[in-house]
Amino acid sequence: MATPIAEELAKKQKEISVAEFFERNKQILGFDSLTRAVLTSVKEGVDNALDACEEADILPDIFVSIQKVEKTRDEYTIVIEDNGPGIVKDQIPPIFGKLLYGSRFYAIRQSRGQQGIGISAVVMYAQLTTGRPTKITSKISEDRPAYQADLIIDTKKNKPEILREDTLHWDKKSGTKIELIIHGRYVKEKRQSVFEYLRSTAIVNPHARIILIEPDNTKTVFERATEKMPKPTVEIKPHPEGTELGTILKMGRATESYKLLSFLVNEFSRVTTEKAREICARANVDEDMRPQDINREQANRLLNAFKLVKIMTPPTDCLSPIGETLVKKGLKKEMKADFIVTSTRPPSVYSGNPFQVEAGIVYGGELPKEENIQIMRFGNRVPLLYQQGGCVITHAIENIDWRRYGLEQRGGTGIPVGPAIVSVHVASTKIPFTSESKEAIADISEIQMEIQLAMRECARKMLSHLRKQQKLAKMKEKEEIIRKVLPLIAEKSADVLNKPVPPIAQVIAKIMNSIIIEDSIGYDEKSKTHKVKIEITNYTPHAKKIMLKAVVPSDAKIQNINPKPESTDHVITWDMQGIPSTEKRALEFEILGLDKDDYDENELYVDGIDPELLSGADAWDQEAFEEKSKMVEEPEETKENENKKPEKEEEE
Amino acid sequence: MTKEEKTGRQKETIKKLEGIASDVYEKLVKTQIPSVSLPVRTKSNIVFSEEHGVWKYGDITGTRTAKTLDGAYMLLRTMYTIDFIRNQINTAKSSTLREMYYISEGWELAKFHAQQESDHLIEDMEIMTKLMREDFKLRPEENGASIIGNMTIEEVVRTGATRKINCRDDIGDAGYTIPYNVEKEKIKFKDWDADFIIAIETGGMFDRLSENRFDEKSRAILVHLKGQPARCTRRLIKRISEECKLPVVVFTDGDPWSYRIFASVAYGAIKTAHISEYLATPSASFIGILPSDIENYKLPTDKLSEQDINALKSELSDPRFKGNVYGNSPWEDEIKLQLELKKKSEQQALAKYGLDYVTDTYLPEKLSQIGVIK
Repeated sequence: MATPIAEELAKKQKEISVAEFFERNKQILGFDSLTRAVLTSVKEGVDNALDACEEADILPDIFVSIQKVEKTRDEYTIVIEDNGPGIVKDQIPPIFGKLLYGSRFYAIRQSRGQQGIGISAVVMYAQLTTGRPTKITSKISEDRPAYQADLIIDTKKNKPEILREDTLHWDKKSGTKIELIIHGRYVKEKRQSVFEYLRSTAIVNPHARIILIEPDNTKTVFERATEKMPKPTVEIKPHPEGTELGTILKMGRATESYKLLSFLVNEFSRVTTEKAREICARANVDEDMRPQDINREQANRLLNAFKLVKIMTPPTDCLSPIGETLVKKGLKKEMKADFIVTSTRPPSVYSGNPFQVEAGIVYGGELPKEENIQIMRFGNRVPLLYQQGGCVITHAIENIDWRRYGLEQRGGTGIPVGPAIVSVHVASTKIPFTSESKEAIADISEIQMEIQLAMRECARKMLSHLRKQQKLAKMKEKEEIIRKVLPLIAEKSADVLNKPVPPIAQVIAKIMNSIIIEDSIGYDEKSKTHKVKIEITNYTPHAKKIMLKAVVPSDAKIQNINPKPESTDHVITWDMQGIPSTEKRALEFEILGLDKDDYDENELYVDGIDPELLSGADAWDQEAFEEKSKMVEEPEETKENENKKPEKEEEE
Repeated sequence: MTKEEKTGRQKETIKKLEGIASDVYEKLVKTQIPSVSLPVRTKSNIVFSEEHGVWKYGDITGTRTAKTLDGAYMLLRTMYTIDFIRNQINTAKSSTLREMYYISEGWELAKFHAQQESDHLIEDMEIMTKLMREDFKLRPEENGASIIGNMTIEEVVRTGATRKINCRDDIGDAGYTIPYNVEKEKIKFKDWDADFIIAIETGGMFDRLSENRFDEKSRAILVHLKGQPARCTRRLIKRISEECKLPVVVFTDGDPWSYRIFASVAYGAIKTAHISEYLATPSASFIGILPSDIENYKLPTDKLSEQDINALKSELSDPRFKGNVYGNSPWEDEIKLQLELKKKSEQQALAKYGLDYVTDTYLPEKLSQIGVIK
């Protein structure tokens, strides 16, 4: 008798090896083209290296080299080396030799790791396309030799197989080096290239130094912009909002708590005893029941109660945003621009997952004026190079009417045109990607909203910069009038009429009709002193009483203020009584102890003067200033609240 | 001519120019920002003058002030130009507009960056002083076009001698060339034997009519417009029409640019609306090519270009085209018809029916339609 069909099928199913799975899902895994295969390999290696360095609190030094094996074949040797903590010998085989290993299921934290399929997929790709093993070298301590292994994956069993191992001397404190040979193709100067990927990575990881050696031996060093490590990310517990039925049941079974009440308090984020009681009451479930006994019906009621009870949003200090100053520094070191504006939104939450949006706009420089703006997208400090059109970042940008902010845009929607690069970073414990390839973020309305708010803030700052530029251009024109043309008109008209040349100072004041504030910042490296000079000219036809305010960093030490100001508390205020028409006043002060880049723009305001008359400073707005001061303090408030959360439940 | 021998008109010119300089100077003395007011020189500020029967600038004025960079430069250049013109008058010299543009090279900051700028300023100064550029001793570098027909002109030539020229018998095939100055002190009309003047846009058609001896057969004076006609050509047509009491007809291609040529002859050009009463001949009639002629005569055509279409649309909002071409056929209908047809024809397209068709059929038909010939 013939074998039953089902059994035949079962046999076949077993034979579907990891290799076949890989082959069938090349696209998902990021190996669908020869070009992308090289990029994915570098990306997996570099992401791992950055994560490892951060966990060990080491400033990353990453070396990437891509060399052609033979001239005629599309095969490349890729080397990625870091100065991270290294990997212990026992962990090397599973990390590199087992697909889908190591994703810790319950860990909720912001990490690059959640972005990719894992380095083992690269090992597999190398092995499938060139038949070569991957060489891993790792050193975990200065006083121990390095360990080296040649490794392949047993594709039938999805198990690592060490072909050769060795210990050797490696002149390095610690670190990991991966060398593999893959079938691929290397492209230069394309948006989706290794170069662009590393450049973008360097922008959002300003604490990293990355060196790239390309197949033509071009060496590029993406230098670090700061010695400061990013704030470490913290693991958090799941938040009730966004929890699914299955998860509650699973968590209930796994918990060590004896009672539902303590289970809710201990296993969930932001659930206080008081809130837990309210949840149980609303769900009509006994708060003393064993969490292991929760049935589907009860779980459902709990889920509904989660929605009804107002629970504080999850802690957001688990996130590690880049920070406005560093976003600016990162962009500044890789881009030539007229100016850069940035904005960091306060953390927010979607479905119980904390997330935070940071944005920046690079404007001018050598960027093309007639082309669409460039969009740089980042998720947890990883550049997203593919599927731009399907990403919430792109959609958020397209939904803004950029015409109001000085860019061209047909019909007020779509990607605007202008000399600008828009950069958006979304940090989250769980980035909602549209698909497994993790190249586009899904259209979550909360995220879109935050991106738009960040974009609008940047856009407003951009517009104010552009307006300032316009005003400056207008002032330059006026200067040409009053310094060159008007004196000649006076001279020539007098000459034609054979009369004396008339004085023109009063006419100059009428033409300018403005109060011009010019400022400069000098820096002395040795004494770490910023020297600020301000000059006020009253180019109006009347004497003016001018109240000038300079906002200075609250933590900075101010000295040598000249002339003596009215007050100096965060805001230096000078009260200048009656500057006569066409006369000037000079002011100066010094800031001690800041790095050069920490203070690169004076914030000057004038109180009590028609804003239309001001050039070089904005009108003082007390309300806006107080609002702004409040916003700076906000993150600290959040922390305080979190500390109020009881660590243990009271009853036990 | 020495300083003492200046004519009254020249003294008047200098006085007016110094008046402009004085206005600027006095404003400075009174600590006011120097400025001048001028009519806005666009089609939105063209109004019909009942008195002259032509289109002139309306009441909308714009101010050039030293508050703006462009305004300041305009005022500075005006000062230099006043000095230059006064000097020309005092030394009995004249120059072309182009020469003046080159002379401004020595004015440093006040120099012009294109001849268009200096030409424009001279027009502005004509408006400010209510004088003509001839009063400033400035002339265009190009001459007017040509005339053929049985008419005797008396011209004061450069030697100072007076010469009588018959524009049919004393000239070659190219005709009598119109000088830039066609005022009475230069040209007088002595004798003529013709029924009408026909002004022709293109050289090809002018030559066709000349070769076919249309001037003799139809008792016409042929005037070549050479595209958009120079001031002197328009002035001469007006003078012949008024002084010799001859009707004027204008014969051009059938496209929007040609309608503007007709408008500048008959209604007054926008650029020179301040002197329309000197230049325009309101009694002139248009005899094609009209968009309706394209259909009626089944003429060969070209497609309208993007610019053609825009020009036609612009004419729809041009007050000068609000009236009728002749009889009760409104310009608006013709322009709209052309936008519908999306086609244009040249006057020489009439050659489709043979070289004599224009003189034997087309023109006689048109001229009798408007009653110029019976």
